[in-house]
Amino acid sequence: MASNQIMFILFAAMIIVFSVLTVTSRKILRAAVYLLFVLVSTSGLYFMLNYQFLAAVQITIYAGGIVVLIIFSILLTSHISQKFEFSGWKKNVFSAIAAITGAILSIITILDYKFPATTEAAKEVDMRLIGKSLLSVDYDGYVLPFEVISVLLLAAMVAAIVVAKKSGPAKTQSPTLNQE
Amino acid sequence: MNTGIPIQYFLILATIMFFTGVYGFLTRRNLITILMSVELILNSVNINFLAFNRYLYPNKLEGMFFSLFVIAVAAAEAAVAIAIIINIYRRFTTINVEDVNEMKF
Repeated sequence: MASNQIMFILFAAMIIVFSVLTVTSRKILRAAVYLLFVLVSTSGLYFMLNYQFLAAVQITIYAGGIVVLIIFSILLTSHISQKFEFSGWKKNVFSAIAAITGAILSIITILDYKFPATTEAAKEVDMRLIGKSLLSVDYDGYVLPFEVISVLLLAAMVAAIVVAKKSGPAKTQSPTLNQE
Repeated sequence: MNTGIPIQYFLILATIMFFTGVYGFLTRRNLITILMSVELILNSVNINFLAFNRYLYPNKLEGMFFSLFVIAVAAAEAAVAIAIIINIYRRFTTINVEDVNEMKF
């Protein structure tokens, strides 16, 4: 067995085990840390697929940004030692049936489908090419989604600040909003 | 590089991850854990995009840029969702979805 197969099996096992633990763990902080493991293993898969830039983005944005944000909000909203109560057999069983049925159907479809083998030479994905594609207006350019996503990020940041800040005295409409 | 690993392995892995996220989304009752399940789902979709791009169209970059934009959208979504969750906690002092059942106040 080649070394890359061993690495793939390792990453796949880590992803499956830790994603199951993420959705079943009763302690919320542990679930966040398991999610971190899943995201880091996913970036390992990106390295295996030879997308180094995307793996770096995955580590910095997901593992460095989103998980830290989630852990912050966990610490703000719940006690660390708090355990979830069991959410009832009926809900669990039916959700598991739905998920497993969907997974089996998808896997059968994937195994059935004949993926066409490609003969094209692989393109080397280096930083110069990524930067040029992101800012080019040619056929292979992505400047429009780049601009759209930058406006979206700006709007999301403004919205996050506006939603999360305490409503000040300027808001006279409902002064008892936050006093309960 | 990735010799000896068929594309189906990546797709099956992403499928299992996706439906784990769906299961968590359906069973969890805490808003933050629901958000974490959504992150799992988005990640599995990214794996799909990259596997398709690398195995079927290796001379193009569409899949890579699409997953880059998915990551950016996920970051924006997490920021807004956590702002909303903190606001809900301030109003209801809980983030259990079954106790948060009142929109007008």
